[in-house]
Amino acid sequence: MAHIALKEGLPGIRGLLAYRPETARPLSDLAQVPLHDLNSLERSDRELIATFVSSLNDCHYSQTSHGAIAACHLGGDEELVERVKRDFNAAPIPEKLKALLAIAGRVQRGGRNVRPEDIERARAHGATDLEIHDTVLIAAAFCMYNRYVDGLATTAPQDAESYRERAAGVAASGYRGLPALLSQQ
Amino acid sequence: MAFRPETAKPLNELAEILLRGPSTLTRGERELIATFVSSRNDCYFCQTAHGAVAAYHLDNNEALVLEVKRNPAGAPISEKLKALLAIAGKVQRGGKAVAGEDIQRAREQGATDLEIHDTVLIAAAFCMYNRYVDGLATWTPTDPDLYRENGARLAIDGYVNSTVGLAAAQR
Repeated sequence: MAHIALKEGLPGIRGLLAYRPETARPLSDLAQVPLHDLNSLERSDRELIATFVSSLNDCHYSQTSHGAIAACHLGGDEELVERVKRDFNAAPIPEKLKALLAIAGRVQRGGRNVRPEDIERARAHGATDLEIHDTVLIAAAFCMYNRYVDGLATTAPQDAESYRERAAGVAASGYRGLPALLSQQ
Repeated sequence: MAFRPETAKPLNELAEILLRGPSTLTRGERELIATFVSSRNDCYFCQTAHGAVAAYHLDNNEALVLEVKRNPAGAPISEKLKALLAIAGKVQRGGKAVAGEDIQRAREQGATDLEIHDTVLIAAAFCMYNRYVDGLATWTPTDPDLYRENGARLAIDGYVNSTVGLAAAQR
């Protein structure tokens, strides 16, 4: 049971977004811009970064929900998502994404862990300043979302199917509409 | 912030609501939570900037801010705030570190669900802001007077208005 009284039937961050609409709006915008709005990184790359950081933070709800969204953007390739979580260096992904995931892993441990050579490696594989910026921000933001979800002991369903269903909606429509949608439930 | 206005907007709005919006916790109390977490994350910029805002809201009591950073349990603050700072300290280590008895202790000192929610979210948000600032190795001023001036400006104008001005000035 969650540490505070939340609406039933809304797992993970969904119950929290419904609980406090004032903070739900910037929190959903902060997911929408770096994860869903179009930019030079694929949506799947950005969701993989979010999933990887959530898995390092041992947050079941976030790693499963964003893993399912990443898989949606990857044509249903759940195996690739699992491989990135387990050992991204051995996964069949571009070197640039590996370098960005390495930066994200450093941010998860603490901002000061990011070394100039980590940034250099990403640049050497073609990462732009904006892509490096967004990688750091996504990793940092998931150090917030994960703590928010687990710090208040929200519920995390154990069945993979319910995550797939919710993921399809987010992969198609993004995050911005979530607060309005949840307030109607 | 000035580099990416699209993300600066929700980042500033979140700080504005959590630290300055309507709440049963005072602005001073909320800034102390932000400062304490930033100090645990060893983020010089955030702990100094928010420490200055906290001091402004606390009649310029910079000694109290330092005491809260060093040892909140021994600081001359309410038992409720001590319990909320203990929750914030757990969140800093990781969400799962928050135990049922931490929440129970805060409730016994009169904390409401919303105050507990906001404490967890402030602590979590500063685990983001701190990593964002340090992860990109941003330029950090070291002059304490600059932080005092900035703290007063942030305390009066807030996070949305101040940074809009800053971002505009840098463009």
